[in-house]
Amino acid sequence: MTFMVNPTSKHIAAIKAALFLAALLPAVRLFLFALTDRLGANPIEFITRSSGDWTLYFLIFTLLVTPLRRLSKWNWLIKLRRMLGLFAFFYASLHFTTFLWFDHFFDIDEMIRDVVKRPFITVGFSAFLLLIPLAITSTNGMVRRLGGRRWQWLHRAIYVIAPLGILHFWWMKAGKHDFAQPILFGTIVALLLLSRVYWNLAQARVQKRAASPTPT
Amino acid sequence: RKLVAAPNSSYRVMDKPTAYKDATTYNNFYEFGTDKSDPAQYAGAMKTSPWTVAVEGEIKKPLTLDLDALRKLAPLEERIYRLRCVEGWSMVIPWIGYSLSNLIRKVEPTGNAKYIEFTTLADRKQMPGVGSPVLEWPYVEGLRLDEANHPLALLTLGMYGEVLPNQNGAPVRVVVPWKYGFKSAKSIVRIRFTKDQPRTAWNISAPREYGFYANVNPEVDHPRWSQASERRIGEDGFFTRKRKTLMFNGYSDVASLYTGMDLKKFF
Repeated sequence: MTFMVNPTSKHIAAIKAALFLAALLPAVRLFLFALTDRLGANPIEFITRSSGDWTLYFLIFTLLVTPLRRLSKWNWLIKLRRMLGLFAFFYASLHFTTFLWFDHFFDIDEMIRDVVKRPFITVGFSAFLLLIPLAITSTNGMVRRLGGRRWQWLHRAIYVIAPLGILHFWWMKAGKHDFAQPILFGTIVALLLLSRVYWNLAQARVQKRAASPTPT
Repeated sequence: RKLVAAPNSSYRVMDKPTAYKDATTYNNFYEFGTDKSDPAQYAGAMKTSPWTVAVEGEIKKPLTLDLDALRKLAPLEERIYRLRCVEGWSMVIPWIGYSLSNLIRKVEPTGNAKYIEFTTLADRKQMPGVGSPVLEWPYVEGLRLDEANHPLALLTLGMYGEVLPNQNGAPVRVVVPWKYGFKSAKSIVRIRFTKDQPRTAWNISAPREYGFYANVNPEVDHPRWSQASERRIGEDGFFTRKRKTLMFNGYSDVASLYTGMDLKKFF
């Protein structure tokens, strides 16, 4: 188990490679299903649902890194976060492409009308737009160019993106009163965000205690 | 399993029928679960024989029909209808049955009968989705009596030359091809004639999204998506644009049922 606490760079490279392949599996599955005619009677709906689900999963995985790192003290987990975030963007792009291509057949006017008219799509589309700058600034070079503080500020957008994604999913299921999954995912995201609030408050308390003079 | 019926050429759309496999594996039948594949997976356990349908309410001759009586009530016809789901997809299905009006005539509605209400079987033991909070159970649907009397409204016992598969509403259902699919109640156990408009399952669940009439109408959007176009299952694939949805799903001769009605209001 020691390598879990303090893995060598070789271990980390192996973990990253395994994670990359695993994260690609849902896309490979869709591709293979498409080739072998196993996407069911409505293949486009299948791809839209699946890519949407996996976007939410990867947003959750990304948000999970920091709490998990704090609890386990496995600081190297942070090295996986960028990849998880980029996979969230990858599946979101696939999701958006099915919407633009298969739903609207690249009719941009029609798509924009849909985005403006329907709150459930407005919200999903906004979340996708917000993901784009994060994906663009995910490289080491961009972190350097922006400076750590500004970069971190920008990337806190995920605290908005994830709830927007949940809301999009919630409204999608709302017409059918089928809230089991939105409630589950919403609770997970809420807990992950609350854990940050809790952590920040706890840290502020520690700092305050350290700063105030202690009577002797 | 075979069900013999004479094709009725006056009720036969020229579109290509949907593959049997698609029509029997991609279904909405929430009594068995909310996934499209759930009905095909779980409906097999439903016992469809013996089966009776109670016909009651504002009629002079209440009666209970068993399957044999249902099959003999009028000559069976095969009709090929378009089916448009409120979710934005469509199929073309060769149904077997006869006009619902045959049954209505037989039970002699009283002057009070203005609506007809269909109740679906809701048996938790056979149907794993019953009890889920998605809908009020049992599933209830309804039509105005003049709609039910329109010759297109089909009391349905079979499809594709066979008795209905369980997931498609065995042993008896209605098919109302100018309305969204959810109006066509499946696995019917009771038909009741009423004075007042029936409280229908989807309308109770989400009145803003699903109206009582639910006529296929490309000009009235669902709050969350446009109804102007549809994807024909098995045909409209990755490289084709979705096809235009037709008013009343193309069955324009029902229009006279709604003269003077604001179909945006009574959606």
